[in-house]
Amino acid sequence: MTDKRAAVLLGLRSLAREWRSGDLAVLFLALFVAVAALTGVGFLVDRIDRAMQLTASEVLGADLRLSSPTAIGDRYEAEAAKHALRHARVTSTLSVVLRGDATQLTNVQVVTAGYPLRGTVRVADRAFGAPMPASGVPAAGEVWPDSRLLSALGAQVGDVITVGAAPLRVARVLISRPDQGSGFVDLAPSLLMNEADLAATQLIQPGSRAQYAALFAGNRGDVQVFARWLESHKAVAERLRDIAEASPEVGRATARATRFLSMASLAGVLLCAVAIAMTARRYVQRHLDLAALLKTLGGTRASVLCVCLTQLICIAVVATVAGSAAGFLAQLALLSVLGDLITTELPSPGLMPLLLGFAAALLLLIGFALPPMLRLARVPAMRVLRRDIGPPPLGAMLAFGPALAAVALLVVKVTGDTGTALGFVIGLGIATLALTLMALALVAAVARLRGRLGVAWRYGAANLARRRAESVVQIVALGLGLSALLLLTILRGNLIDDWRARLPQDAPNYFFVNIAPQDRADFRAMIEADGGRVARMLPMIRGRMVSINGQPVAGRHFADRRGEAFANREQNLTWAADIGTDNRITSGHWFTSAEAGQPLISVAKDMQDSMQLKLGDRLGFDIAGETIDVVISSFREVHWDSMQPNFFLMFAPGLLDRATGTWMGSANYRPTNTTAIATLVRRFPSVSIFDMDDLLSQVRSIIDKAVLAVQGVFIFTLLAGVVVLLAAVQVTRDERRYESAMLRTLGATRRTVIGGVLLEFLLIGALAGIMAAAAASTGSYFVSTRLLDLPFRPEPLLWLGGALGGAALVCIAGYLATRSALLQPPMATLRQG
Amino acid sequence: MERKIVLKAHDLTRKVSSPEGELTIVDAVSLQIAAGESVALVGASGAGKSTLLAMLAGLDLPTSGQVWLDGRELSALGEDARARLRADRVGFVFQAFHLVPSLTALENVMLPLELTGRADARDTARAILTRVGLDGRAGHYPRQLSGGEQQRVALARASVTRPAVLFADEPTGNLDTATGESICQLLFDLNREFHTTLVLVTHDTHLAARCGRILTMSAGRLLG
Repeated sequence: MTDKRAAVLLGLRSLAREWRSGDLAVLFLALFVAVAALTGVGFLVDRIDRAMQLTASEVLGADLRLSSPTAIGDRYEAEAAKHALRHARVTSTLSVVLRGDATQLTNVQVVTAGYPLRGTVRVADRAFGAPMPASGVPAAGEVWPDSRLLSALGAQVGDVITVGAAPLRVARVLISRPDQGSGFVDLAPSLLMNEADLAATQLIQPGSRAQYAALFAGNRGDVQVFARWLESHKAVAERLRDIAEASPEVGRATARATRFLSMASLAGVLLCAVAIAMTARRYVQRHLDLAALLKTLGGTRASVLCVCLTQLICIAVVATVAGSAAGFLAQLALLSVLGDLITTELPSPGLMPLLLGFAAALLLLIGFALPPMLRLARVPAMRVLRRDIGPPPLGAMLAFGPALAAVALLVVKVTGDTGTALGFVIGLGIATLALTLMALALVAAVARLRGRLGVAWRYGAANLARRRAESVVQIVALGLGLSALLLLTILRGNLIDDWRARLPQDAPNYFFVNIAPQDRADFRAMIEADGGRVARMLPMIRGRMVSINGQPVAGRHFADRRGEAFANREQNLTWAADIGTDNRITSGHWFTSAEAGQPLISVAKDMQDSMQLKLGDRLGFDIAGETIDVVISSFREVHWDSMQPNFFLMFAPGLLDRATGTWMGSANYRPTNTTAIATLVRRFPSVSIFDMDDLLSQVRSIIDKAVLAVQGVFIFTLLAGVVVLLAAVQVTRDERRYESAMLRTLGATRRTVIGGVLLEFLLIGALAGIMAAAAASTGSYFVSTRLLDLPFRPEPLLWLGGALGGAALVCIAGYLATRSALLQPPMATLRQG
Repeated sequence: MERKIVLKAHDLTRKVSSPEGELTIVDAVSLQIAAGESVALVGASGAGKSTLLAMLAGLDLPTSGQVWLDGRELSALGEDARARLRADRVGFVFQAFHLVPSLTALENVMLPLELTGRADARDTARAILTRVGLDGRAGHYPRQLSGGEQQRVALARASVTRPAVLFADEPTGNLDTATGESICQLLFDLNREFHTTLVLVTHDTHLAARCGRILTMSAGRLLG
């Protein structure tokens, strides 16, 4: 016990000096960056995830939306209140609205106070006026009709219009509702009114066709608990929609972004682990003499270990506290940049990230620093007499087991998925092994060259070969570090390109629905005459799927709720000869010209999955009372966020030509004057016009901010890369100093010595860079396609970039780190020994 | 009165394997050293002096044979038990001083006392530093001391536990003649004062001559 106390004291007393020697400083830096990356990214991912969920919720106007063909009333509100959820109700019905002689079929939206629970209703003072956020809902006795309704009725703000049996005053003009974009069923103009006036309108009578919705929102955990309860208590006809279902694309983008951020932080942490392992190795080298001396003076193995552990724990505690603080500040800084993306209802940070940071630091130390330290405890006391005696090597299990276990635990914690974690660890293991073998081969090859080179080159190449083990460790560590950096660089580029490609600046911003076939050409001409660019126009008819392979769909069991919804609702159907740029065939083939008029159909993959369909299945449709049987000839992946008209079901061209339908289209359109849209409405009164600019800018803002977050988090990884570099250079610093002193004593010029060292770093950097490019290319293929669901794009310049970048980085850092040691007067160095 | 045998070796052999095959570094050495004796181990480089010293002190184990230090057979003890025995009964002085660079002179001398849990470590260490003439240097780090001063600190550290046996490996090898002489004088003075048994390895015939007995080694064997 007493010798351990003495060892702890010795550890504490030596801290300051160890710090000055640089080993502990690099160890501290590695732990600091790892903890900062973990806690900072942990905070950030959580907050961004929540913020994105909130933004996505706006599409529903709530976190949960329960729809029903019959009145829902307040029967779920008590349970929602128990979970501290906010709630509101929406009743939608079609009714004719009157003003004098003018009438217009209108989609009447009746809402209660609190609507919308997510997102904002925008209103204006006049038709097609500048939008501003509305506070609350229309007061009793007032309505907010939209611009089209006002135009059709020839009314303006302040006028009284009649809704059902109730005269109501126009208080504002409705410009947009957050939940209006969830489908193209709102073909009629719409109007927002207060539920308090519903009875007076007498719109809802027994047998009236109306849609009822109950909206719920609140803390995410509470919402999830309530959703589970609601799922088991709701009536069969009631349909529950959450964020994932309402906006799968936003959900996927969020998942992808958070996955990338987590991977970036993980890569940073693993880089730090490499740095810790290298620093620990050097620490052990430098402490072999002290350990032997302590043993000679009577210290036991435990007391030798105590000296190291005392220092490690001190460093871990300080690095954790500082790292957590830095992580917290970094995410605060990022949050301030992210601005209004982060809205309300974010939890205040607790002690958990600090505990997690400390646990991670401890895990990294146990996994990567403890095994080499154990070797230190095994150094024979005999070393005090013969310095060539070192500790016996550790068994493979003890040497690599803790590191593998630490990595696996960290990966599971960060990815939250055992399968991914296993893949990651196996991939890392294979990469390390491959890098080691390549490094051994390359070092051997360089050694063969040395006889054919000049003095400086020979010295550099000889150094590499002579310090074979150290060189291989350096190359592998740097290779791993550069791999992680290159891999993240590729993925970051792919991710950002993919996001931006989905919404180019000229993406369509207007949707036009319900265009009569005879008006199609004139309508298009009028938009294009005003500078608009019509993206695509497709015919549209309504129909219902009635059978699959001859079996009725009614009562059929489907894999998920979406499948049931597809089977039970009326579908929008289209036909086309061209597939469109935002559709990709996943199986089967697109209609050939010979197949025009054949009973064939192409089905979206979403529908294929939910309804468990396969190629060749026969689907029966009821279209305007006529039954048509078609065979599935292809499945398509559809980019629903392309802002172009898209359909789950596309028939072969020519088959439905006789059916009476309308057309829909989208356009990138910037009206040249404020009355252009009003003119369009007057010229084509049946056409429904949807201004998607708000939605577009909403989605663009999510993407821009996600890009910013990805860049921000990447900084952590870069920092971790710098730490690895420092650790790698530090490993051989003392040896280099001694060697350069010896060479200069023997008459070598500074230029020769520095040239040799630079060449050695150049070779190490280039070799590590080439291997990193190989590892990153392979890794990016797997991560892109398996984890991030991104198309894989090979980067031919990566190899060159890796080699040149690695060489330049290692050379500069190596030179700066060893310059003072190399230029120290030889006598001073040789005296120090 | 017959003096107590503090160090005894019987048929001590140490072999190592090398690329050329097995090498015998120490070959069947037997010896006895009595308490308070001073013994010099001399011989050419590679004769096996340092290896024998290491085995006598329990730093290394023989391939065969036994060593008894203060009555305890070292081969029967585990590594940690041998370390504890060294902490209680053995002191060391090395050619390269082996001071802990991160500790002051005083702290270096306190270290073995602290390892044995002595409460008076600081006072005892300060007293012996004064005895070796370094009271004014107690707060200095090794790099701030000359070679002679560093070896004085090492001597103080080796003697501060009042060891039964003090082993010295070329204690003057790194010092100039005058400084070596003063260290040598100090070594024998302390040996006398503390009634310590001294076993030293040296090339220095002058230093060896001051010992009570000289054992000469050649090719791993004791001559004579």
